[in-house]
Amino acid sequence: MGMGRYVIKRAASSVLTFFVTVALTFVLFRLLPGNPVQLLFRNPELTQAEIRELSTQFGLNKPLWLQFILYIRNVFLGNWGISFYYRSPVTEVLFPALLNSVILILPATVLAIVIGAGLGVLAGWKRGSYTDVGVLSSSLVLYAIPTFWLGILLIMIFVKVGGLPVSGMVSITAVNGPPLQYLVSVLRHMILPMLTLTLVTLGQFTIIMRSSIIGELTEDYVVAAYSKGLTSSWLLRKHVVPNALLPTISIIAISIGTVVAGAVLTETVFSWPGVGSLIYDSIFRRDYPVLQGAFLIIALFVIAANFVADIMYAYLDPRVKYS
Amino acid sequence: MVLMAILAPYISPYNPNQIDPNAILQGPSFHHLLGTNEVGQDILSLVIWGSRVSLLVGFLATAVAITVGTTIGVAAGYFGTAADEVLMRLTDFFLVVPAVVLAIIVAALLGNSLLNVVLIIGLLSWPPTARIVRSSTLVYKHAPFVEASKVAGASSIHILRTHILPNVMPLVYANTALTIANAIFTQSALVFLGVGDINNISWGQTLHFAYSSGAITAGDYWYAIPPGLMIVLAVLGFALAGYSLDEAFNPRLKGGSVFGSA
Repeated sequence: MGMGRYVIKRAASSVLTFFVTVALTFVLFRLLPGNPVQLLFRNPELTQAEIRELSTQFGLNKPLWLQFILYIRNVFLGNWGISFYYRSPVTEVLFPALLNSVILILPATVLAIVIGAGLGVLAGWKRGSYTDVGVLSSSLVLYAIPTFWLGILLIMIFVKVGGLPVSGMVSITAVNGPPLQYLVSVLRHMILPMLTLTLVTLGQFTIIMRSSIIGELTEDYVVAAYSKGLTSSWLLRKHVVPNALLPTISIIAISIGTVVAGAVLTETVFSWPGVGSLIYDSIFRRDYPVLQGAFLIIALFVIAANFVADIMYAYLDPRVKYS
Repeated sequence: MVLMAILAPYISPYNPNQIDPNAILQGPSFHHLLGTNEVGQDILSLVIWGSRVSLLVGFLATAVAITVGTTIGVAAGYFGTAADEVLMRLTDFFLVVPAVVLAIIVAALLGNSLLNVVLIIGLLSWPPTARIVRSSTLVYKHAPFVEASKVAGASSIHILRTHILPNVMPLVYANTALTIANAIFTQSALVFLGVGDINNISWGQTLHFAYSSGAITAGDYWYAIPPGLMIVLAVLGFALAGYSLDEAFNPRLKGGSVFGSA
């Protein structure tokens, strides 16, 4: 099978996965006992007109299969319902939160991958040394630390020491200030949540990279290269690291789910106004359309990331038999 | 740690539910070794009693996950073709979907009883087990002793029970410890967010109240550090146990990764 067909096949399977996710949200939010649509009509804050409007919006007077089809259609058309709390379209509520989440997650993940992979290479290369033991055990400890607890510890330290804001995204004085002041304020608020997210996701990347390097070092070509008299560092740079990076890509894709989970908890602890905080707030506001939208957008991102990683892997590694 | 959970009534210095209005948010002292919280409960007792729910949820959720995972894995591996395709697509789906986020939402929708939390965590953490069991089943499916049994006219159920499962189970056991670690982790996160089982004492619950009562920003370290430390120790312990079991049982995994399978 050629590359083109492989891409199409993977794309089809990603679309299918998203479709199943959409179906799952339908089941979750409509069919389970005590589902939000039933609860909705007991909400005393809603006026008669709003209830009528919502009934039509959800199509509750139609048969179930038709509701399902309409729901799917709405999801793919970007009509994700109206937030109960903000009284505005869910997509409008989600967009700024999504942007804030990306601002936090992207640099944290890049940092975690770069530092994690670097430490992994170091530990794998010096396997069995004190460096290796130190790196490996601290990675395991970082993996075992609950995200929210690390956040709590950092908050406690910085409340005492001062110097860095521990909550929110921008200080009140900077909200209407000049752009530079705004930017500096956001960056200062970003440091602790980013540190938390980087630290909790770093450990797994280190461990993956380490075992990948160790696996690569036992290959015949490494032994052959040694016997030819090549230096260790040249061999490491030119052969071992590039080869060991490849399988790491696909495992990093799988761990994107854990990064997202970490981000949800980090945002909640530091009150960072992203999708995670939005989920947390929406739970207590019983704002089910937003909750549903937030889950769909997260699923969409994770599925897309997995797709991109699979394609990258297949493109970079000619040994992959497109299956 | 398991001993601590079982012996909780005997070793904890106070009744964890006992409220003492005269000793609110006290630092560690001779009377309260780890201090007290905002309603005067003894932190040490809370931490000791908390191990019960935290470990219980970990074990029960893992039992659910292992049962579902093994069943699906064996079925997919043994019966093959269409069943395999459908079950593995399902497994892939649950591997890709962000489980913790899904757990938070489902827990929020279904209400926060202990049973719900166990079921949610269990039903979201079976895919790794299913994958491992499936690939192992494929190995044994064409083993000579299985073929021989088939020729002798044994039923599928019989072959699965007496030949396949006993060979597959060691890998499942190794995976169990890792699943327990993940379940404890997820449970504490759910409870911390207030969507888990908030009424029973657990480490996550103690941290939830430490955060929501403002004790964190007040710098009451004795309140927030012990329960978190317990989670770290429990997760680390089970993860390391799983890691070494995996290395012992899995011949293909020479120096493999903890997270490749977790």
